[in-house]
Amino acid sequence: MIAIVDYGMGNLRSVYNAFRKVSPNLKVCVTSDQKIIQSADRIVFPGQGAMPDCMRELANKNLTETIINAAKNKPFLGICIGLQMLNDFSEEGGVSGLGIIPGQVRKFKTKNHFNKVPHMGWNEVYRKNNHFMWNGINNNERFYFVHSYFVQPKDQSISAAETIYEHPFCCAISKDNIFAVQFHPEKSSLAGLQLLKNFTRWSI
Amino acid sequence: MLAKRIIPCLDVTDGRVVKGVNFIDLIDAGDPVEIAKKYNDQGADELTFLDITASSDNRGLIIDIIERVAEQVFIPLTVGGGVREINDIRTLLNAGADKVSINTAAIHNPSLVSQASQKFGSQCIVVAIDAKKMNNHWEVFTHGGRNPTGINAVSWAKEMVNRGAGELLITSMDRDGTKSGFDNDLNSLISSEVDVPIIASGGVGNLDDLVNGILKGKADAVLAASIFHFGEFTIEEAKKHMRENFIEVR
Repeated sequence: MIAIVDYGMGNLRSVYNAFRKVSPNLKVCVTSDQKIIQSADRIVFPGQGAMPDCMRELANKNLTETIINAAKNKPFLGICIGLQMLNDFSEEGGVSGLGIIPGQVRKFKTKNHFNKVPHMGWNEVYRKNNHFMWNGINNNERFYFVHSYFVQPKDQSISAAETIYEHPFCCAISKDNIFAVQFHPEKSSLAGLQLLKNFTRWSI
Repeated sequence: MLAKRIIPCLDVTDGRVVKGVNFIDLIDAGDPVEIAKKYNDQGADELTFLDITASSDNRGLIIDIIERVAEQVFIPLTVGGGVREINDIRTLLNAGADKVSINTAAIHNPSLVSQASQKFGSQCIVVAIDAKKMNNHWEVFTHGGRNPTGINAVSWAKEMVNRGAGELLITSMDRDGTKSGFDNDLNSLISSEVDVPIIASGGVGNLDDLVNGILKGKADAVLAASIFHFGEFTIEEAKKHMRENFIEVR
């Protein structure tokens, strides 16, 4: 069973729909229930909006520890703010993250009106490794992004992919049982669906 | 490099996609779910649904359409038309919309944009601006271009971004339905004044209009309806033409 963690930030229906599409027979739960999250085989940790709000709502739902524990040993997919929250600290609101991955979250600084913020739309993802999650996906494939902040992992070797906007930035990380992406696979058409399908089959 | 986006727009009323000229003389253009799937298969970067249902009785139909589209189409979906309050936005997001476009309600109550972006995040709040050229400036209009507001379109765009709009959808009321191209002067002016992406809308008659919308209008995305609905051009053809003009597309 896959648990999509619902802590009240944003709409998880498209993530749910996308998993239903790629694995119709797999049980998928959108849940804020600690027990279900603990017993799930795989965890999807999404996030929308502002990271300070996400951290607060996660705490309000008593899920902070549950997520830290779930990220220790089973296939764990972070999406968008779900990637950012794994880090130590974010410039957005100056808040601490979950501290699961050593790193910082920084804001894009536009010097001109050529590169708008948010970074919104389809951009190329350059792979840094041959992780199982990239199976069946072309290098340089475009995925759909919408974000104003990006992650800077302390250990560069966990970067699983980069994208260029103003400068190259890390758009995916892979470390042990954790894979997390800045883009939205659930909104990235066939390539996104392939990534989610890979997640349902990834064994650590 | 970030690709420029092509966004087909589906005007929906009473559960069907329609197309009119200057918002009148509506012609049936088909079933929304089928059309959405077709555009997705052709490589559309996003889809925009504009609910132009006049009677409140049939407003619920758009929810059903979005739910059905979101089960089958995995690209960003924007919904606009008749969005008045926070609850309307919540309902549309829950149905599967990724972004909600606010137009008239933002003029009656600008704080709605601030509240909505606070609550749901700027990334899902699009402000739609319908503008008409008046001598040497552009004015914001409501109700499909019928009602002048006295508001300057460029200063309005800036205010909406300051209030948290994550994207602006700029429609030229002079050009909409005329097939004479976007108002690139208006779009490039607004694009140079705000940091968020802008979508050019209103007036596309051929593929060069899309190219000019990007190159001259400085738009981040181009929106069109009739050239795609009636099969004049496919999205693939539009992208090929943009690529030939050295515009980065998906």
